[in-house]
Amino acid sequence: MSAIARTDTSIFGRWWWTVDRWTLGALFLLVLIGALLILAASPPVAERIGLNAYHFVQRQFVIMPVAVALMIGVSLLSPLQIRRVSVLGFAATLVLLVIVPLAGNEIKGATRWVSIAGFTMQPSEFAKPFFAVVSAWMFAEWRRNDGFPGHVIAIGLYLMTVALLLSQPDLGMTVVVSAIWFGQFFLAGLPMILVGGFIVAGIFGLIGSYFLFPHVASRIDRFLDPSAGDSYQVNRSLEAFMNGGLIGTGPGEGTVKAYLPDAHADFIFAVAGEEFGGLACLVIIALYAFVVLRGYARLLSEQSLFVLLAGTGLLTQFALQALVHMASSVHLMPAKGMTLPFISYGGSSLLALGLGMGMALALTRKRFGGEDLP
Amino acid sequence: MRTRSETVRLEGHAKQAIETGRNRLILAGCLIGLAFVAVSARVVELSALRNHSEPALSASSVDTTLTVGRADIVDRNGLLVATSLRTPSLYADPKEVLDAEDAAFRLATALPDINPAETAAKLASDRRFVWLKRNLTPREQQQINSLGIPGLHFFDEWKRVYPQGSLTAHVVGFTDIDDRGISGVERSFDDVLRGGREPLRLALDLRVQHIVRQELAQQIATFEAIGGAGVIVDVNTGETIAMVSLPDFDSNVAGQMDPDALFNRATLGVYEMGSTFKIFNTAMALEAGTATMRSGYDATNPIKISRFTISDYHAKRRWLSVPEIFKYSSNIGSVKMAIDVGTEGQRAFMAKLGMLRETALELPELGRPMVPNPWRPINTMTIAFGHGLSVSPMHLAAGVAAMVNGGIRRPLTILETDTPSPGERIISERTSHDMRRLMRLVVDDGTGRKADAEGYIVGGKTGTAEKVGGRGGYRRKALMSSFVAAFPMQKPRYVVLVMVDEPKGTKESHGYATGGWVAAPAISRIIARSAPLLGVAPVDPEAPEIRRDLMIEVPVEGGKRLASF
Repeated sequence: MSAIARTDTSIFGRWWWTVDRWTLGALFLLVLIGALLILAASPPVAERIGLNAYHFVQRQFVIMPVAVALMIGVSLLSPLQIRRVSVLGFAATLVLLVIVPLAGNEIKGATRWVSIAGFTMQPSEFAKPFFAVVSAWMFAEWRRNDGFPGHVIAIGLYLMTVALLLSQPDLGMTVVVSAIWFGQFFLAGLPMILVGGFIVAGIFGLIGSYFLFPHVASRIDRFLDPSAGDSYQVNRSLEAFMNGGLIGTGPGEGTVKAYLPDAHADFIFAVAGEEFGGLACLVIIALYAFVVLRGYARLLSEQSLFVLLAGTGLLTQFALQALVHMASSVHLMPAKGMTLPFISYGGSSLLALGLGMGMALALTRKRFGGEDLP
Repeated sequence: MRTRSETVRLEGHAKQAIETGRNRLILAGCLIGLAFVAVSARVVELSALRNHSEPALSASSVDTTLTVGRADIVDRNGLLVATSLRTPSLYADPKEVLDAEDAAFRLATALPDINPAETAAKLASDRRFVWLKRNLTPREQQQINSLGIPGLHFFDEWKRVYPQGSLTAHVVGFTDIDDRGISGVERSFDDVLRGGREPLRLALDLRVQHIVRQELAQQIATFEAIGGAGVIVDVNTGETIAMVSLPDFDSNVAGQMDPDALFNRATLGVYEMGSTFKIFNTAMALEAGTATMRSGYDATNPIKISRFTISDYHAKRRWLSVPEIFKYSSNIGSVKMAIDVGTEGQRAFMAKLGMLRETALELPELGRPMVPNPWRPINTMTIAFGHGLSVSPMHLAAGVAAMVNGGIRRPLTILETDTPSPGERIISERTSHDMRRLMRLVVDDGTGRKADAEGYIVGGKTGTAEKVGGRGGYRRKALMSSFVAAFPMQKPRYVVLVMVDEPKGTKESHGYATGGWVAAPAISRIIARSAPLLGVAPVDPEAPEIRRDLMIEVPVEGGKRLASF
């Protein structure tokens, strides 16, 4: 392990000694588990829609190393470089988000995908990490610099992003982005009265979406009253955990993947629960909790408000995505299709996560001197 | 350039800001941590604490709509007409089947009616689900279980069972293998039956239905007819007490029936009804006041209009009074009565009677009347004796009910009802009374004598229509012979209609295949057998009050009057 000398001052040498190797290890473990679960969950799904059994496996295995490389590459950057990359990236994804409704491909009632040079990608996935960093910068500037209306800019950026996401419509992504943004505002010192106000506004937002979007209303109805409608997917998912028990039915022995249309993406946690059991699920939960909470802990000693806010935003996004996915599949909340970070199938999602966690790793690197960024 | 104090102040600000951030980050961390704990707890609860000794998959994959089953259908006395039984169906997951050939061969020992080669092909396919046989008996399920073939599974399904078989076929209809109503009441009340737990109560009386079907079948056999329809309607409520269409089918195996058997002659078939329409024609003229029970028309010579000649079947070649026109079923007299009322009056009367649109019956198989358009004077003349306007037998029965019940038309219903529709007045009480007397006259002393049933004071009208041929024009040999009756005529309760499709004359009928010979005897037997079941008590037809009520004075040309019935 210590093939790299402490005195190595190359970019890579410095990276190795300052990056959080424990978090890196946990993320690698998650990627490996993801590889295993894709092998288990996706062949029946692919067969059912008439594709080669290993269609999803092949695609995922091509993107996985790219995502890992992207993560490591990004984690080599300094906080300042992260900020610059994010500003450019955010501008680019905003443009893409505007293009999506005009030129995107509609899949299952929503237009989220856009084709670029033969690859289809989902700009909203990439908007999340970039947005977190840019709004962190604005909040930090607001606090550091009396006259600077950073919070106003942050509010403007937020409203713009949310409007674009809702036009797709992508309510799940909107909720995640809102939660991150609000969390950052909160951390940046939003007065407690306004915190309460925002929470109320959030509740009204959710109630409003209940009445505005019929599919949201039906999902919430079905969550509150399972007999109100077709809760087929959630029931299959719950049965998967019960069938699996603590130690699981064994890899490949599960049946839930044959019944759930999105077993390889939105319900991969249920496949894990059935084939590898409750204990394996606890390990997965622990890995996510470890990455997030350890990241938080490292940010506590951070001197730069920007780094603190950006890091928190990125880690919270990661945490929320994992929590929403897992809570949906164990019926702790209304079913919401969200990928399980680094485990679910999905190219855009995987690359965006590599990017986001690469930035989180870069921001949580040990930096000496403790000086604030310019 | 910032001054030193400004820098310090700013740094103080920043310090304070980062301190707030840290404190609040700890709070956020706690919340996130709690969420992870909650998910973990739920995973433990699901995987370790739930009882999963029984695989939950197969049991709960039953659709919730299937756990209840369709509601029963019963007749007006609560006898079972249709019910649902829970039966196992056999399916296979071919991926779990080890040896398809062997499995199919062994399965054939338990289910002799399946084809082993076909089954082997199904079991060798690369799908995950194939039906092998639906709705097994418990014994078959037991045998298959003891074969122990891997990959075979059972799925409980509801099977619709019709204990009455063909008796109620056209009323009840049937369902498909997925329990969806396909025809009859099963279809028109599909939603009610799916969601309902209370049985659906029909107006039908199974005992009477059986009598009607038996007597109709006998006439069809005797006269070598191709089919027929028999109907009993309650004149005061519009309830359908019996409705038979022959040939019919067994609702339990309806899928394999030929289309003719599935065709409901009573509701879907529309026919030119012939002389039975003279009931409406006469009532229309009496109600309009253009004719009275004492007036009459000259029926000496046939009417010639363009290339048609309208003549009488039982020609008298003299002046006929209105009762005589009805009794002898005179086409010439009927046409003259209609001409006096006029085309518009006739059209309005038929519309009011509901003869120009589908009946209100709650069945999907409703025939739309064939209405002349435009309605020319020639149509007025032919409709007077029942040609040129095609309606279903149910139209006829409903119309006659309104003629004899005091003049109120009520929508027909297939369901039992305690609160009949108030209905709509079509003719006056007085005209209705005249019609009862005229209809009684036909049975007492006219073309319908064979329809009488001792003590039940039957009244009615014969009808014999030539069926329209394939190339236009009428086929003399293809008749639609019918009789529509009501009883008891002093206070009618039921209308009975029998219609026989293409009867052939027999030696006993002296070669006749007319309504009076073919349909009337069935009416007589149906009424004699079902009146006791329907609670109609026989009376003495010679009782003075009944004689007085139904007596008709038949005027003869020249002012001399003959008393008659």
